[in-house]
Amino acid sequence: MCLSIPAKIESINGDMAICTVGGVATQTSLQMLDVNDLQPGDFVLIHTGFALQKISKEEAEATLALFDEFEAFNEMLDEEENQTGQRIV
Amino acid sequence: MQYIDEFRDKEKIVSLVNRIHFESKKPMRIMEVCGGHTMAIQRFGIPGLLPGHINLVSGPGCPVCVTDRAFIDKAIAFSRLPDVIIATYGDLIRVPGSSSTLDKEKALGADIRIVFSILDALTLAKRNKHKKIVFLGIGFETTAPGTAAGIVKAQMAGLFNFFVFSAHKIMPPPMAALIDQGVKIDGYLGPGHVSTVTGSAMYHFIPEKYKLGVVISGFEPLDILQSIYMLVLQHESNHPKVEIQYSRVVKPEGNTKALELLDEVFTLDNDWWRGLGVLPKSGLKIHEKYAEFDAEKMIPVEVEPTREDKGCICGSILKGVASPADCKLFKKACTPSDPVGACMVSSEGACAAHFRFQKS
Ligand code: SF4
Repeated sequence: MCLSIPAKIESINGDMAICTVGGVATQTSLQMLDVNDLQPGDFVLIHTGFALQKISKEEAEATLALFDEFEAFNEMLDEEENQTGQRIV
Repeated sequence: MQYIDEFRDKEKIVSLVNRIHFESKKPMRIMEVCGGHTMAIQRFGIPGLLPGHINLVSGPGCPVCVTDRAFIDKAIAFSRLPDVIIATYGDLIRVPGSSSTLDKEKALGADIRIVFSILDALTLAKRNKHKKIVFLGIGFETTAPGTAAGIVKAQMAGLFNFFVFSAHKIMPPPMAALIDQGVKIDGYLGPGHVSTVTGSAMYHFIPEKYKLGVVISGFEPLDILQSIYMLVLQHESNHPKVEIQYSRVVKPEGNTKALELLDEVFTLDNDWWRGLGVLPKSGLKIHEKYAEFDAEKMIPVEVEPTREDKGCICGSILKGVASPADCKLFKKACTPSDPVGACMVSSEGACAAHFRFQKS
């Protein structure tokens, strides 16, 4: 029900678009978004035939970049464990 | 960027899990209030990755599960009318009513069509002018704008054989009611797709009034773990607040067009929630202006008295005070192929998710 999936816009026709999810094409209404802000290649979140939001590439990259910081922290912990011979977590 | 695999990276998961173990000291109960999260948490085995003192509990986030049995009974009554075609999302058709299901009625000859979008139901109305199309509107703020759009379209197109039977609901009232009713939790994993529509402001009362954090989360393992991590930091520092982890989709202001549609077509009314009872101003009823599309007002029907099933503890599960394993019927009399309660029918229901993803 609440399943909403990232889909790629293939083509836009008025306030309708053809979007693909894992290669499968679906008709999607863009009426809840600003069509001028969208173009083929963009990803949108679709739910019961409507695009609910454009997915922000910048924000996705920013989220992923945060995880790199965690990895660095992890290496630091590993290092400390090696040196002290004690498990931290 | 495909927005899926990137958020399932094993190495990143490991480092994030370590970070949670490192930061988390105090015991915590985190509740998810979105069926999509319930499924993802079980599917990716998130509980097993967390420190033993962090408990994840499911809340009232599965739309099918919280829906009143009387709604199913009435939908069945509609389906028995000779001039009615029922259009519904697939999730509903196996939900047990008091003495039948939509699926059984279909086998007996009722005209019941599964649709993926209300737009398909409008097409049905166009093609079947001599029939009444009754669309079953269930779901939270994620789904309700589509229903609203459908009603507005029906009016513009003059499709007066199109009707909606609405059980749409909104999320903040049960989130408040749970705490008011004494359910113990230390933070909410906020519903990502509901919030795509609503934005984040509607949760501010939760830290303000109840001193609980809300982190609006995406649905991939890294999203969920990061949200848990954010809740842990809030809990450890005693600084509950509303944060958005799922920022690639959720904006603080939500989706204005979708919110306008909700405002245009629906009004808030008291509504019944499985497990929680009647909650004030928690249901979306069709506005007087659009009464001619309201199935309840336009199509009179006799409904059998509602009977609840004995033994099903779905209500307590939706409240986060019991887990599926506590139910005597779980995996015995109640399975996905022969479900007793709604929590086993919907793939987002806690019972179905536990059944599917927990190997015993
Ligand atoms: S296992 Fe079945 S009977 Fe038991 S609570 Fe879940 S849905 Fe109800």
